[in-house]
Amino acid sequence: MNIVFWILAVITVLSGLAAVTLKNTVHCALAVTGAFAGLALLFLQLDAQFAGFAQILVYIGAVAILVVFAILLTRGSDTPAQGVFSRTWFAGLLIAAAVFTVLGWAVMNSAAALPHENAVPTVTVQQIGQALMGRYVLPLEIVALLLTAAMLGAVIVAMHEKGEPK
Amino acid sequence: MANTLDQIFVLLKHWIVAYFPLALQPVVGILLSVVAIIATFPALFALTTVIERKGLGRMQNRIGPNRTGPFGILQPVADGIKSLTKEDIVPRSADAVVHFVAPLVLVVVVFMGFAVLPMGRNMQLVDMDAGLLYFFAIGASAELSIFMAGWSSRNKYSLLGAMRAVAQMISYEVPLLMSTVAIVMITGSLSLVKIVEAQNQYTWGLPHWYIFTPWGFAAFIMFCIAAMAETNRSPFDLPEGESELVAGYFTEYSGFKFALFFLGEYVGMFSISGLGTTLFLGGWSAPLAVLNFMPSWIWFFSKVMLSIVVMIWIRGTLPRLRQDQLMNFAWKFVLPMTLLNLFVAGLWRFMGEGILRWLVCSAILLGVYVIVGRTEMRRRKIGPRSYRYAE
Amino acid sequence: MTPLAGYLLVAALVFAIGLAGALTRRNAILVLIGIELMLNAANLNLIAFWRYSPHPEVLTGMMFAVFSIAVAAAEAAVGLGLVIALYRHAHTTDLDEINRMKG
Repeated sequence: MNIVFWILAVITVLSGLAAVTLKNTVHCALAVTGAFAGLALLFLQLDAQFAGFAQILVYIGAVAILVVFAILLTRGSDTPAQGVFSRTWFAGLLIAAAVFTVLGWAVMNSAAALPHENAVPTVTVQQIGQALMGRYVLPLEIVALLLTAAMLGAVIVAMHEKGEPK
Repeated sequence: MANTLDQIFVLLKHWIVAYFPLALQPVVGILLSVVAIIATFPALFALTTVIERKGLGRMQNRIGPNRTGPFGILQPVADGIKSLTKEDIVPRSADAVVHFVAPLVLVVVVFMGFAVLPMGRNMQLVDMDAGLLYFFAIGASAELSIFMAGWSSRNKYSLLGAMRAVAQMISYEVPLLMSTVAIVMITGSLSLVKIVEAQNQYTWGLPHWYIFTPWGFAAFIMFCIAAMAETNRSPFDLPEGESELVAGYFTEYSGFKFALFFLGEYVGMFSISGLGTTLFLGGWSAPLAVLNFMPSWIWFFSKVMLSIVVMIWIRGTLPRLRQDQLMNFAWKFVLPMTLLNLFVAGLWRFMGEGILRWLVCSAILLGVYVIVGRTEMRRRKIGPRSYRYAE
Repeated sequence: MTPLAGYLLVAALVFAIGLAGALTRRNAILVLIGIELMLNAANLNLIAFWRYSPHPEVLTGMMFAVFSIAVAAAEAAVGLGLVIALYRHAHTTDLDEINRMKG
């Protein structure tokens, strides 16, 4: 449990907290980008380099920008009149706390059965490529179809309809 | 002797590191390399600003700066003193934290890209297995800092400039990546060191650089177009065009922060030229087998400076593209051509050695380029000018 | 506390924070941000278990996480398209205001 893990964990959790509690929506989007970056660094700490760089490329390079564009297109950057938390905020908080308690209890109780230090796995990109084209070729093709369908769907859902005043 | 000169920086680093205790040696080695990178590229940036202003001046039939020092060589010193001593104005309604952080994020992110570039034989900071993926992931993070700069200024023109810049950068991100996938396919590795080593072979004295293959040449052209769009460089500089949007997304920045944005843009240019050199122009390998006596790092930096000079030349020559024209160009022309290029590269690999594959691949690429170019151009009739008014 | 338990706790904490955000905020986009945080926490769980598993060369955990990243990106795109369409119809993204089925 080295110092780098603690620093990254604190950064990720604080950015996540900032993302859900700040008033200004654009600040929330920037904070969640910080959380994505912290998580990508945690992936790199776990020797999963491909997953870490894919996380940076996809989440910070695409999803964060998408969120920011959506905020600006829906005028989310104006401060709302009635406060930022909904009327039923207490129930939501209670449910989240309950979920964390259950998960934390499960992890701490099985701490004895969890494996300790393993040897560092050396994963080359060539192995990932061979896995993607060998064992995981069916999920790869299905994800390709899914991404095409999602792209077409997003364009159709967000497009101006015919006859509607632009 | 030639080998010593080639490895002089590596030997220097080993000599300095040997003075430190064994536990600290890796850290000191990495710190030395990082300091060398942070010292070299801003110095090159200073040189580039003079070259650009004199070069653009001559292309526009005027002399560039010639007051500060002989031939204006000390102009960057004057610019540096000016930007350091200017008052740092932050608008009152601006978002102070985000306004401060945006140039920092940009500069940090563009310097991180140099970690995987092999600047000479054995002269890369880290030899990562997924080096190219790291470079593109880091490059994608730079877009967010531009948005932060534009939004935090609370200025309509800045926001508009930032939105345009981000839309342009994400549009050209995909052709940039796809044009390099062909290289990865043929080399079989994402590691930039292996890509350079694969190009370091010579047949009849000529090198195996990827630009000398049909698919490599097409990919290089598309990489150049996408790279100039990524760094917001003319002819794609609508987001920061001086005649369009005041100064675009860095209108409200003054003094040192403006200098940081400027530095970030030019160092980004160096970074992506370095990547283009590594992928297409053979990195640190010499053009002819006989010229191998010259050190590898001289070849790398010459090729990078040549790319920079070509970028400056293109800036002085071509007019600016409109926003819809450049997005059209990206999605409807460059992206399909990169996909076709992938197919042609695969065909190249499976056709085996010989003259046939050169002819077939060149024919496919040229044929599709001409056909697509003609269909794209057909829609625009060049007739008498018609005006559209606001009603 | 083993390293794996540390990573799992961080993932559980980020998941709970994302869940709290998705359940308590008014703005529809912030609900989507909460959902993205939850997906990311699940990815961290997968990678942590892959790293400390007895056979990491099978790459199951990393592949699962990479596919999950791809699917999450697609879902974010569609979700934000929906939010924009909703804004165009109801002229607000406040989820407490959009509480009638008939537009």
